[in-house]
Amino acid sequence: MKFDKRAGDILVWAFLLSAPFWLPMIGSYVELGTRVVIYALAAMALNFLLGYTGVLSFGHAAYFGLGAYGTALTIKYVYPSTPLGMLVGIVLGTLAAAVIGPMIARLRGVYFAMCTIAFGQVFYFIAFQWFSLTGGDDGVSAWHRMPLDFGFTTLDILNDNKAFYYFVVAIFGICAAAMAFLLRSPFGRTLLAIRENERRARFLGIPVDWHIWMSWVVSCFFVSIAGTLFALMNDFVDPRALRWDQSGNFVIMAVLGGMRSFWGPLIGSAIFLVLQDYISSETENWMSFIGLFFVLVVLFFPRGVLGIIRRKATS
Amino acid sequence: MSLLQVKNVSKHFGSLIAVNDISMTVAPGELRAIIGPNGAGKTTFFNLITGFFTPTSGNIFFEDQDVTDLLPARRVWRGMARTFQVTEVFPELSVRENLRIAVEVAAGLRLRPWLSEADNGNIQSRVSELIDMGGLGGKADRQVGELAHGDQRSCEIMMALALKPRLLLLDEPTAGMGDQETYEITQLIRRLHKDSKLTIVLIEHDMRVVFHLADRIMVLDQGKFLADGTPPEIAANKAVQTAYLGQAA
Repeated sequence: MKFDKRAGDILVWAFLLSAPFWLPMIGSYVELGTRVVIYALAAMALNFLLGYTGVLSFGHAAYFGLGAYGTALTIKYVYPSTPLGMLVGIVLGTLAAAVIGPMIARLRGVYFAMCTIAFGQVFYFIAFQWFSLTGGDDGVSAWHRMPLDFGFTTLDILNDNKAFYYFVVAIFGICAAAMAFLLRSPFGRTLLAIRENERRARFLGIPVDWHIWMSWVVSCFFVSIAGTLFALMNDFVDPRALRWDQSGNFVIMAVLGGMRSFWGPLIGSAIFLVLQDYISSETENWMSFIGLFFVLVVLFFPRGVLGIIRRKATS
Repeated sequence: MSLLQVKNVSKHFGSLIAVNDISMTVAPGELRAIIGPNGAGKTTFFNLITGFFTPTSGNIFFEDQDVTDLLPARRVWRGMARTFQVTEVFPELSVRENLRIAVEVAAGLRLRPWLSEADNGNIQSRVSELIDMGGLGGKADRQVGELAHGDQRSCEIMMALALKPRLLLLDEPTAGMGDQETYEITQLIRRLHKDSKLTIVLIEHDMRVVFHLADRIMVLDQGKFLADGTPPEIAANKAVQTAYLGQAA
């Protein structure tokens, strides 16, 4: 039996759209769903680079965090508007990635990964040290997301947690569609070419470094959108949002779920956060359980959880 | 006019001189073979022409333009395409996808986020054409990595052809192949040369293939130029015989 991709898409959307109704029934809560979707967007953005271009970044938290700080600072100090805050966050994250990109796009493998960590930590320390602007370790608090005013109607994403969930899912949907669209384009196929065989790609006339830079900027654009949503969800942001272990979480989610599958990182995000939610209420050492689970998946199912399902379905 | 002109190129790796002061001129429509014993510097010489390495000294002209310092991708844009000694394809993609990428890049569409119906149709028909030409009809939707070595090589050559090159460089096209596969690849190269009038430079170990195909042969030995001439001239050349068979012969 051949695995039907469309059926997979429908299943994913059925789950996402109905989540607020069944989450409370199974003893969970809507905010957990919101968190899963936001992290899923970050992990999928990372996977655009990791799974589809073959380049591992360990510094995506920086652009996630810049998105978050941009949103928080704009809403707190400039003008209390959710869309404006998001716009500033996205521009900030993407711009930083675009500027840093040329310095790392020539590097490969572990050198690329190390440099992304290094640049990521630069932003972490700026957020940590620039107390007058960012509040340092205390973070940016005493602000909150604003209801969305569409003119004819308002969506109260501030007080209605279901409304906020659907707002996040809508943004997630647009981003996922945009990424899927790009991956099916000639440009997307050049990225697959680079992942599959960089030497062949170069000798087909693809300027590889330049395409890696573009893939990096696209990936960081989407991760900074996730960052803005993260700030809005918490009505708060602190330097942990852009620390290296946050980058590591994105990588774990992508690999756990399956980095060769489009929806893999979503599954990874759900597993990671649900495990975290349940285990952390029992023990402080929840990370060691997730770590163990991660090691088992990597050892026995290198294509991730969705990779297993897909193999079962195709065989 | 020459299509490719290599003037006195050398390549040093530390104290090793891999290619020592070699010149070569290839006329349009010619099929030139480069032969030589192991370690003669053939592949290094190839890599200098295609931009994989830049020469320590000397110059390379393609269609009378100096391309010595151009990046590989830019040489491809000028009309040079190559294959590798160890087949370089996109193993986890299908034959069709492999060729499609090459066709899209050749059509200058590599940055397009979407395609018009017309573009899409043109690309697909060009891909089908290449699949037929390479004899890959029944295997177009299989992953290239799963195919037999000969089919992978054929796919690689078709990807190079998708670029519509004016100069095709083949590094040991029959390396590691059985008799039947060698025969098929040889026939393919012959068709490209005779029917499409494509200029081809190839490195080859299999002397039957070389003497069957080549218009001219250049012989290298230990990084140095040894001889250049038509197949009968090379076959009769004493220096070449010595290099291949050793002093005793």
